[in-house]
Amino acid sequence: MSHLRPVPSDPPSDEGGSVSAHLAELLKRSSRGDESAFAEWYDATAARAFGLAVRVLRDRAQAEEVTQESYLDCWRHASRFDASRGSAISWLLTIVHRKAVDRVRSAEASGRREAAYGRREQGVPHDETAETATASLEATRVRAALADLTSKQREAVELAFLGGYTHTEVATMLDLPIGTAKTRIRDGLIRLRDALGVGEVAQA
Amino acid sequence: MSDIHALSGAYAVDALDDIERTEFEEHLAVCAECRAEVASFRETSARVAETETEAPPASLRDSVLSGISQIRPLPPEAPALATEPPTSQGPSRARRAWPQILVAAAAVVLLAVGVLAWHPWHQQESAADQVLNAPDAVSTTQHLKGGGELTLTRSPSLGRAVLVGHDVPTAGPGKTYQMWLQQPGQEMTSAGLMPNAEEPTVLEGDAGTAAAAAVSVEPEGGSAQPSKDVVAVFPLKAPPGGNDGA
Repeated sequence: MSHLRPVPSDPPSDEGGSVSAHLAELLKRSSRGDESAFAEWYDATAARAFGLAVRVLRDRAQAEEVTQESYLDCWRHASRFDASRGSAISWLLTIVHRKAVDRVRSAEASGRREAAYGRREQGVPHDETAETATASLEATRVRAALADLTSKQREAVELAFLGGYTHTEVATMLDLPIGTAKTRIRDGLIRLRDALGVGEVAQA
Repeated sequence: MSDIHALSGAYAVDALDDIERTEFEEHLAVCAECRAEVASFRETSARVAETETEAPPASLRDSVLSGISQIRPLPPEAPALATEPPTSQGPSRARRAWPQILVAAAAVVLLAVGVLAWHPWHQQESAADQVLNAPDAVSTTQHLKGGGELTLTRSPSLGRAVLVGHDVPTAGPGKTYQMWLQQPGQEMTSAGLMPNAEEPTVLEGDAGTAAAAAVSVEPEGGSAQPSKDVVAVFPLKAPPGGNDGA
């Protein structure tokens, strides 16, 4: 496949590898039952975990439940975290996102999501991000990278990741032929990844 | 065949349905490139989450910290497999079949470990089993002229169907069974090959909306259109309340 390009090995993130390494270390200590390390891990990451859960679920009470479940999973499975497979924050957010999406999809039958999307469409699906976001340098950088996508790519990535919709649902929402939204999502992620300088992760 | 690699992005951001997700995870077992790509996408989407931070209420911190005090952290998994999985197997698969199988098995085990590490809550069930075990699954069996029978099981809620054969004669030298789906008012389109008729095989495509499924004998590698040698046709009723809106 031609889509893998070599990427400079050190992440040029402003926060650098040391923060990431520290988070991984906190998880490692947690896996041995160190509750104070876990408390520190929570404090360092909870705003991201909760923010993501709120964004996907649009319901604070449910977002709290999902965030709590995710951290308990994290604690239980901390020994399974493998730093060679990715960063600790990515591991956590993958868990949070999956739980949030599972919950939102199981709630789908009740029709709440349709209503939620209708409300959102009349609003401002993109700029509302500014309200809740911190003014961190990283967020600014990510927003710049998002703004650099084509509008179709950005909408597809945001509806899928932040909205929690399947690629088929995204296709319908964006009036795309079924099957093309997944390509938009992937193209958008590739472009974002490259713009943010996220390196390939070594895989065992 | 559809290009399953293209699902990597949607998989990384949880934008696949359950069946697609299982199928893609089966693919991940044998595709190191996709594993690396998914990992890089997850790092990327974690950055996107930076734009959505929100401090949780203090009560959540208390619940989490009191919760963990009652949970025992799991021990690490035994590092059973220290060897590298095959990342480039090359095309010479006919040479020695047995080592290939071992290698493939090792890759599957490794992936299972990897998937567990990343999805500790996720019980693995094969895509075919998900369809076969779906509460709304309905099966239809057809006896073939050449002997044996084919059973099609469809789950409208999953939008998928599975075919499995019993005592089905081999397709013949240089031939293969190929599955087809027909959407209302359209031509039959390929739903993938069925190299082993005795193995439950998920049809590619939306079986929830399809008006019919079929199986034919085709030259190895499959055909774009079904040949005259159609061995079974399964008419499908539209599911209640179903339409082609999705």
